[in-house]
Amino acid sequence: MREIVFLLNGERVELNGVPATRTLLDWLREDRGLTGTKEGCNEGDCGACTVMVSDGNGTRTLNSCILFLPQLHGKAVRTVEGVSGPDGSLHPVQKAMIRHHGSQCGFCTPGFVVSMACAHKNGKRDFDVQLAGNLCRCTGYAPIVRAAEDAASEPVPNWITEDCALPVAVTRSANGAASGLAPESADELAALYASHPDAVLVAGATDVGLTVTKALKEPERFLFLGGIQDLKAIDAGPKTVRIGAMATFSEVGDMIGDMHPDLGELIRRFGSVQVRNAATIGGNIANGSPVGDSPPALIALGTTLHLRRGNDRRDLPLEDFFLDYGVQDRAPGEFVEAVSFPRQADRLKCYKLSKRFDQDISAVCGCFNIRVQGGTVEEARIAFGGMAGIPKRARHVEDALSGKEWSEATIRAARDAWEKDFTPLTDLRASAAYRLEAARNLLTRAFLEDQGTETNVLEAAP
Amino acid sequence: MSAGTALPHDAAALHVTGAAHYVDDIPVPDGTLSLAFGISSVAHGRITQLGLGDVRAAAGTVAVLTASDLPFANDASSSVHDEPLLAEGKVHYLGQPLFLVAAETHLAARKAARLGNVRYEELPAILSIDDALAANSRFEEGPRVYLKGDVDAALAAAKHVVEGSVEMGGQEHFYLEGHAALALPQDSGDMIVHCSSQHPSEIQHKVADALGVPMHAVQVVVRRMGGGFGGKESQANAVAIACAVAARATGRPCKMRYDRDDDIMITGKRHDFRIDYRAGFDGAGRLAGVDFIQFCRCGWAQDLSLPVADRAMLHADNAYLLPTARITSHRLRTNTQSATAFRGFGGPQGIVGIERVMDHVAHKLGIDPLDVRLINFYSAAGQVSAGSTPSAPDPAGKALQTTPYHMPVEDFVLHEMVDELEETSVYRARRAAIAEWNSSSPVLKKGIALTPVKFGISFTLTHLNQAGALVHVYHDGSIHMNHGGTEMGQGLFQKVAQVAASSFSVPPASVKVTATDTAKVPNTSATAASSGSDINGMAVKSACDQIRERMAAHLAETRQIKPQNVQFRAGQVQAGADEMSFAEAARECYEGRVSMSATGFYRTPRIQWDRIKGRGRPFYYFAYGAAVSEVVLDTLTGENRILRTDILHDAGASLNPAIDIGQIEGGYVQGAGWLTMEELVWDQKGRLLTHAPSTYKIPACSDRPDIFKVSLWSKGRNAEETIHRSKAVGEPPLMLGISAFLALSDAVAACGAPYPALDAPATPERLLNAMNRIRTP
Repeated sequence: MREIVFLLNGERVELNGVPATRTLLDWLREDRGLTGTKEGCNEGDCGACTVMVSDGNGTRTLNSCILFLPQLHGKAVRTVEGVSGPDGSLHPVQKAMIRHHGSQCGFCTPGFVVSMACAHKNGKRDFDVQLAGNLCRCTGYAPIVRAAEDAASEPVPNWITEDCALPVAVTRSANGAASGLAPESADELAALYASHPDAVLVAGATDVGLTVTKALKEPERFLFLGGIQDLKAIDAGPKTVRIGAMATFSEVGDMIGDMHPDLGELIRRFGSVQVRNAATIGGNIANGSPVGDSPPALIALGTTLHLRRGNDRRDLPLEDFFLDYGVQDRAPGEFVEAVSFPRQADRLKCYKLSKRFDQDISAVCGCFNIRVQGGTVEEARIAFGGMAGIPKRARHVEDALSGKEWSEATIRAARDAWEKDFTPLTDLRASAAYRLEAARNLLTRAFLEDQGTETNVLEAAP
Repeated sequence: MSAGTALPHDAAALHVTGAAHYVDDIPVPDGTLSLAFGISSVAHGRITQLGLGDVRAAAGTVAVLTASDLPFANDASSSVHDEPLLAEGKVHYLGQPLFLVAAETHLAARKAARLGNVRYEELPAILSIDDALAANSRFEEGPRVYLKGDVDAALAAAKHVVEGSVEMGGQEHFYLEGHAALALPQDSGDMIVHCSSQHPSEIQHKVADALGVPMHAVQVVVRRMGGGFGGKESQANAVAIACAVAARATGRPCKMRYDRDDDIMITGKRHDFRIDYRAGFDGAGRLAGVDFIQFCRCGWAQDLSLPVADRAMLHADNAYLLPTARITSHRLRTNTQSATAFRGFGGPQGIVGIERVMDHVAHKLGIDPLDVRLINFYSAAGQVSAGSTPSAPDPAGKALQTTPYHMPVEDFVLHEMVDELEETSVYRARRAAIAEWNSSSPVLKKGIALTPVKFGISFTLTHLNQAGALVHVYHDGSIHMNHGGTEMGQGLFQKVAQVAASSFSVPPASVKVTATDTAKVPNTSATAASSGSDINGMAVKSACDQIRERMAAHLAETRQIKPQNVQFRAGQVQAGADEMSFAEAARECYEGRVSMSATGFYRTPRIQWDRIKGRGRPFYYFAYGAAVSEVVLDTLTGENRILRTDILHDAGASLNPAIDIGQIEGGYVQGAGWLTMEELVWDQKGRLLTHAPSTYKIPACSDRPDIFKVSLWSKGRNAEETIHRSKAVGEPPLMLGISAFLALSDAVAACGAPYPALDAPATPERLLNAMNRIRTP
């Protein structure tokens, strides 16, 4: 395995010969004896293993349990041990956590402290969002949020700021492109993947990570895509919005919130901060999950998928990419380069139903893009996740609405169309009957929302 | 005095820097092996082949053990030896450990454990309450029944009767630290075990049996757990025993930690219940009698299910005087994980039953459920008279108000507390405002509920109500404190350290909190039943008092004064005219050859209990609290949220108000999680589908109430002589979460006339179904 270079709590680390699937968490705990970072779930859902990672694009939190060492090349990592100063002085969030009794059993605390220190550095004060990826079973969260609020106005300690300033000297050869595992451009990826179509592409590893930590698989060849800058571009042009496959959900969310607020909110509820900092839009599409949250919204926006294999490129409507459960229209060696959708007046409504608001997987995700002119539906693009083996358009429902009056009567008349579009399954998240009924009711919600009726429990005040 | 002060948790500074060590953080000797269980893939069956060739051949495997490789006890049970560590011929649930892999690394062990080639002759699996009833699959010979008065006559004569049924799901503990243990072989065949257990003495006992050695050959050490909640009371046995037997078999140290999925698949959870009820009452909602039938799904092994089911019966009254009652309890054996202790230990399920009755009665009469609750409350302490129990038979001829298990209720304080909470939460005005708001909100509906808690404090197995302590005062004045309680985050060590510091009037920093260790304090009870500070605090105080008296006697003797003229104050000791630091006093006593080490012991007074007859005084006292929750519900999808919660809780004279508030906030959120979003789902084959945080959802940060006001009752003081008159606070607040569930029911009720009869957990789907049932077509 290639050489990996990064900073760990301010000190340079050079690794040779570590397996590509070695997670940062295991390495920290087993090889470095840094046991402050905890394993709570080993799947990126509890945040006990949270670390801060900095590079030229800033500082963000990531779950170290599903973060492979090669992904850290050229970055600066800070663990809970490095949140305190080199002389042992406590970070303001650590002091506040003690002052506000924010720890009980203490096992989740290191992860919270790292998330809080990162939010503190980045000036973020929406703590329900910043801490959604950290589970605590003891405190009920109230004292933790009180601590975060109390520390917010304290200055950022210099040992935290220095991570972004310290250059990690990384040479091209050290980055190992020669070994064929870490392409640095889309062209390099295209060439490598075409010649090694069996390779597993690793973008953010939030999904691939689980094949290693849970399914205990060790694919023979990985291509780490984190260094490909030209797949990260987000271009919001006057006619078209184009998003590179390697744009993370954090980056997409920052961009899209003003354009399509409902999609911004859907992305806010996508995974957690740690997951959105790693997960990419290309990965969310390419893994073909029937409950991935970005495809229904993107389909409703009329998104085109841009695929590439070698130097061959092709475009297709995103909905056509998903053929069947676990089957996508993607040839060996072909990868997602970008998605694009037309600039349009915002009509997008996105509704995600799950047992928990934050960091949950959708039981039903319904996205509605309905253009109404003079009380009549001119065009309806409706897509759902969780209602079929793939993210799917509700074409019969769309047809039942198009050209009709935008009214409850029309919605009632469309009732039977839903079953033509969807035959959902019963699983641990919801029954088939609930899914179908809720999907129908979400169309009613979309209509009532247009009429100014209050329909969102997240907006209700005590 | 440090007792009563809001000091931080003893390990807070270690927690926030990552320096607090849990079992998996302990540096291990070279050559330490990692372990993993191979587990069954069917819920019930005979093993016809246990092919382990691939497991043994896997990279890194050092040893593979099966039941036949265990020379001594193959048993992890906390009760009746019905829980083999490794399956013997039959499997009883999907997830049951079959074999044990010892390998060079954790990952190698996990990989090898999946390579078993196991075949089964499958047998019919009993999964549900109805399956178990149909097959008469149960623990004990038949249902247990508690009786008070003639409930059938009372129901027949009652003006109104409601009947119904409420189901409530189980709950995964989801302690953030999964189970873990480390066994270190010593010379002479002795074994030191570090583990994450609420019950070190039981680990010691089970490991000794498994190794075929006396208990003195096994030392168990627990510094801290990353959460317990009851899930590490008996369920830690298997991991610790596995480490010990593998260490004995290989001669190498052995460490085991469950991967999260294994943890959830293998270990027990809160018991799920169905409670059927019939209640008779008058026009004001005053109960004449209630007939409860509790169905409790216990899983495959007995574990702690009998006392859990008992405690559900013991809380079937909650805060209400039931003039007549029959409580029938079925303890059903199913081919699922063996349900176990979980914060509240059956109490929460029993209380949900009676709170459902209160809610149902109020709905039937069209009055505020709070009024039904108030009219049925036990009478206040000191105001008990025959008049307060008009229809209660009083066989002893005394004017006592008694529970359905015939225990007098002498310390009831909820009238005063609920009056205060009603006012501070503005409950009545908000209920009216919500009705108004709902009438103009077609899609969103709000609901509100105020529910009380009365929770019995003591282990119902009376002999467990004992505790020991060991205290040393060193000649520099520093104090080493040890007791049988374990620290799982609840702040026990800090509270008890404050007790010790108060005994000597020294700063808490003078007291060293040390790991629970079976070699220091023997024969301890589990840290459970909220008993930790009550019993260990008293044991520590006893030890400290002995040392202080010896010191005082010596200092008095050398000065020819009376011992009562030796005063310990603010870190100083005043002996007649001499004033010295505590350290100087300790030095002087050392040189005077005074023993400054003492053991302390405590046993809870006044309790006696016959669990078969359902009679006696199982509890030393009751802890009280009340909560008001307000929720909002989307009638189109069932999405919902808690908007505001106000809590007033009685922690007696709190030993540490900050720690107690923390228990209340956390307990509420955990209780609300149990009844709303936390859903365990098994498939038709008995496979638990929700075995990771991706599929089992505990409350996240934003799920706490928008407005969350928690107060300790300022008049709180235990009527019994507990440690500094404090009250136990570990479990009772969990049941405050019931107010969120009933607030959701209240919101559902805004959708139609019939009673919603909501089941738990109240997921969006259950809520939508409940709304559909009562909507006018």
